[in-house]
Formats: sequence, structure tokens, C-alpha cells
Amino acid sequence: MMRLLMILRVALKALNRNKMRTALTMLGMIIGVAAVIAMVALGKGAQSSIEAQIKSAGTNIINVMSGNFMAMGVRQGSGASNTLTVEDAMAIRQMIPSAQYVAPGVNTRNQVIAGNQNWQTRIEGTDVEFPLIRSWAVKYGAFFSTQDVTSATKVVVMGSVVATNLFGEDVDPTGQIVRIKNQPFKVIGVMTSKGSGTGFDDQDDKVYVPYTTAQKKLMGIQHIQNITVSAASANEVKSTADAITELLRTRHKIMPGDSDDFMVRTLEEMAAMRTETTKTMTALLAGIAGVSLLVGGIGIMNIMLVSVTERTREIGLRMAIGARGSDVLMQFLVEAVVLSLFGGGIGIALGFAISWGVTEFLTWPTTISTDAVALAFGFSAMIGIFFGFYPATKAAKLDPIEALRFE
Amino acid sequence: MPVISVQNLKKTYVVGDIQVHALRGVSVDVEPGEFVCVTGPSGSGKSTFMHILGCLDRPTAGQYILDGQDVSKMSRDELAKVRNHRIGFVFQGFNLLSRTSAIENVELPLLYSRDHIKASERHKRARSSLEIVGLLERSHHHPNQLSGGQQQRVAIARALINNPSILLADEPTGNLDSRTSIEVMDVFQRLNVERGITILLITHEHDIAEYGTRTIAFRDGHIVRDAANEHRRMAKDELAALPPPEVNGSTDTHSVGLKRKSAPKAAAAGPAGS
Repeated sequence: MMRLLMILRVALKALNRNKMRTALTMLGMIIGVAAVIAMVALGKGAQSSIEAQIKSAGTNIINVMSGNFMAMGVRQGSGASNTLTVEDAMAIRQMIPSAQYVAPGVNTRNQVIAGNQNWQTRIEGTDVEFPLIRSWAVKYGAFFSTQDVTSATKVVVMGSVVATNLFGEDVDPTGQIVRIKNQPFKVIGVMTSKGSGTGFDDQDDKVYVPYTTAQKKLMGIQHIQNITVSAASANEVKSTADAITELLRTRHKIMPGDSDDFMVRTLEEMAAMRTETTKTMTALLAGIAGVSLLVGGIGIMNIMLVSVTERTREIGLRMAIGARGSDVLMQFLVEAVVLSLFGGGIGIALGFAISWGVTEFLTWPTTISTDAVALAFGFSAMIGIFFGFYPATKAAKLDPIEALRFE
Repeated sequence: MPVISVQNLKKTYVVGDIQVHALRGVSVDVEPGEFVCVTGPSGSGKSTFMHILGCLDRPTAGQYILDGQDVSKMSRDELAKVRNHRIGFVFQGFNLLSRTSAIENVELPLLYSRDHIKASERHKRARSSLEIVGLLERSHHHPNQLSGGQQQRVAIARALINNPSILLADEPTGNLDSRTSIEVMDVFQRLNVERGITILLITHEHDIAEYGTRTIAFRDGHIVRDAANEHRRMAKDELAALPPPEVNGSTDTHSVGLKRKSAPKAAAAGPAGS
């Protein structure tokens, strides 16, 4: 123990003698470790924010989407079939008691024009129960009514982002007229902001119109593209989803063994899918950061090799006055490990700082995981041992006379 | 009983296809308290002989008994232990660690001691070692703040710290001017006379060899002359006879500053290659 302490002191002294070089060598490790920690923190942050977002949307929600279908043996992508109908939605509402709210939906993208302002956004055609399913309140005005749906009125309820872009912040635009596809729509309400953090599917950057209006006035279609259902309670989600599948298969006359022409997804499933995606992303980012950690390690090996050559005479002297090969080995190994551990330590601090900065200035959520910190630290120690070993053995194997004579 | 007993020592190097016979059968006994000067031209084998005596190298053939122990067949680690405990080295190029104070340089061999020595004990021994060579007041100076003669005395203090039975010096005055050489030789003579330390010293300067009690001359791997010195020069008397020092290693005059300039250069030069 005392011996190790002594070797440590000798190593610190040697590193202190060439401060600039020591600092630059450490920099490799610092960047590597900081990158790993910051990347993992970003990934984990995205993951937990997605989870939180989906939770806030309500876990009782079931999405029915028109699915893939075969046209002459060629499978079309999801949403390509037009077999989902308003009647399907009505049937779900009537036949499945645990389906509390049901909203048929269609969507399209178009330019929304208000005076001299315009904004490209997604137009969702939906039903009156939509705000209830999402437990979402209006900020100004009101959501459209059953009356609007049955008579396909040209009214629009805006997401907060759209309202801000067309009319300015904190302005109540109800009663104004906007033009969509060259047709006048009356603004009757603005939704409160959901504050969708990650921007994957920003609920606030949409406008909502009655689905009938969207079908007839904007898209010219008879079918619908999705049905949003909310189950009466969280533990009825699974059974409701199964019941919907069963009902739609019967209604669409799908033979047993054939695949569905629609998809039923619960939000929990979607959450799981997205989490999986971000996990892959996190692993990828951490992998790239890991490469820089490896490069840092090679930097250490490089410098240690230079240092062994440079200090050949010193090694010779130490051997002449009684240092064994193992003493020399330990000295250089400890030097390498000290380099990598110090670098790792500073890297961890920097990683924390970067994560904090990203959250503070870019408002991206980050979560620092203790696993990543422990892993990065352990890994940097291992890198020190691994990349320090070769130069240290080289030093230990030197012949004392040769080393003393080295110019 | 001789402290060093060497019988028919041979050393052959193989360089490519050529065999180089550095030592062709050397036999010497050195009694405790002797001051042996080893001379000879470059390539005569005197350095190889010293390396083997210093346990830095092993002979190809022959026997080397140090303090009654056969060291010619020891392992690397055992030789390291012998070097640490029984032998003190002084080199031509001083070989002090730069940016390390004199006292830390002197302590260095104790760090490699097989038994643990406390920091306070190390310090005490290093101080008494520095006191012997008269440099106690400079124990916290770094090598680049010391003159060549002072650096060599620090190196001698380092060699003394483990109370070795023999002191091996390889051209210790090779990088020093005449007066400083005499000063360093005075240190060696005092250690030899007052403390009875056995000294083996390589030199190619005949006047330096006259400070010893015995001279061994090498040529082509053989000992060609081995005789006691009839007229031993005494460094102490010579120093007293010299005019007051122009450059005095132990006092700070402005000329010490001049000397310092050349000191790091000397320290950077290699040890004797002959």
C-alpha cells in the first residue's frame, strides 16, 4: 500500500514535469468520456421525455389506422387502404361498451392563409369527442359541435403554434377568416398549448376541422384514415383493442388466417416502440462517443511510448540503483492510469456541464445516468492499463547498460 | 577475505555475425579498503569489466564473488537487489533526475529498497549522506542550480545512501575541470580513508589514477598491469597548496553562475562509452 502510494507520487511528479504534454494527452480522454456521458444523457433524456409525453396524452388511447393491403400481390404501405369507414367508427361506438369516446379522423397537409400571413401545417379532420379523448381544453372560443360535423361547416380550431404564426402571440383570433385550399374557414377556437417538447409530432402545430368538412371540402374522399378511441379505464385498454380488432375483421369480412387491413395500436405500444427507437439512437451515439474514447486511449499509448524513449537514461539509472523490471513497469503503468483516470474524472465533470448546458440553452431534456458515469470511469481506467501496458513492458525490459548509454 | 574476487572472467558480445571479445579471461581480487583505479584505452574492456562488477551485466564465463556470494549466475531481480544494497554507482554524466531536488535524488535508491523505509528515515539518511559530501546546505537545490562538481557530489551522496560495500565510479571526473576534479577526488579519498569504503574507479587520465592505492591497466580484454601506486597523490594536500579558488564549488560567487551554464550540458552528455 505504502509502496503504491510512493509509485503514485513518482508518477505524479513525472507527469508534472511536462505539464503541456500531460494536459494534451488527457484532453483525448476528457473529450471521449465527456462525449459518452453527454450523448447517453441526451438519449436518456429524449427517452424519458417521450415517455412523459405519451403519459400526458393519456394511456387509455387506442389508435385504429387503415392498414396495408395487397394490390395484385404488391403490398402497399400503411394508410394506403381505404377500407376504414365512418360506419366502422359508428359500429365501435355502438357495439363496444368499453370504448368511451370514438373519433373518426382524416388528415392532410395544406397552406393556411390569414391575411398576408400563411403557414404550412397538418389539417386534422376529427370528431367532437376529440378533446375529450385527449383531455385537452380550448384556450379561446370553443371546439366545433355535432352540428358542425353533420353539416360539414367550414370552421377551424387551431393549435397554439399555428395561431401564433398567423395572428401573433396571445391574440384571440376567433371570428377571423382563414383560407385553406382557397376556401374560407371561420376560426372558432384555439387549443391550449400542449408544449410538445421533442417536435416529433407537435400537437400544437395542427389545425382541427370536422372530419366531414375535411373529407368533402378538402380531400374529396369517402373513407376515413384513422379512428381514435379511448377506453373507459386503463385496464380495459387491452380488451377494448382486441374487441375492436374482432369487430373490424368481421365488418371487413376478413377470413381467419388472412392479415388485417387495418392496425390497432395502443399508446402504450407506441410508447414502447418509440422508446426502443431512442434506445437504439442512444446506443449509436454512445458508440460513436466510445470511438473517441478509444482514440484518447491510443493517444495515451503514443505519449507513453515517447516518454519511455525519452526517459531511457532515467530508466537505466533507476535500474542501476536497484529498480527491478517490475518497479519500472509499475511506474509507467501507474503514470498511464493516472493520465486516463484524471482525464476520465475531468471528462465526467465536462459531460455533466455539457448536459446541463444542452438542457439550459437548447431546452433539450437530458438525464445523466449513473451507469454511464461508472462505465466511462471504469472504461478509462481500463484504457489506461490496456494502452499503458505495452509501453511499460517496453521500459521494464530495457537492458540497464543499453539504457544508460542511450543518447 | 577479498570483497571482490573475479576468476577468469570472459565476456563475448555477438554483433551480427561477428564475435567481440570484450574480456578474455580476467582474474582480480580486491581487498576491503582498497582504492583501485582502472585505466586503459577505449575498447580495452575496462567498461565491460565495471559493468559486470556493478552487476549491470553478466559474464559469458568465469566467476564473480562479491562479499563471498557468487553473483555471476543471479537472476535480473536478484542483481537489482545487489545493485541496490551493496553497490554504489557514480557516473561520468552524473545521471541526476532533472527538476528534482538534491535530497530527493539522494533518496532515490531507498525507494527501491526491498524493505519499506519510512519517509522520515529516508530523509534523515539522505541528509547525513549529503553531509558527508559537504552539500547539506544545498539539499533543496535542483541539479540545474548546482555546478558540475556539486552535481557529482550529489551523485556520490546518492551512491552512499545504502552503505554499500563498494563504490564504482565510471569516469567521475570526465566532465569536470581540473580543480573540480581534485575536489571530487578528495571526496573519494576521504570516503576511502576515513570510512574504509572500497572504491573502484575507471579513468583514462593517468594523473587521476594516481589518487588510488592500486592501478589496473586493461588492453584488448586483458589485464596488462596490476600494481600498487608507489606515490599516491593526496587531493587534500593539493587543494591546500592551490591558490584560493577561482571557482569554488561550495561557495556562491559570481563565477559559480558561469559554471552553471555548462553544468546542464555536462549532465546531458552520455556516460563514458569507452
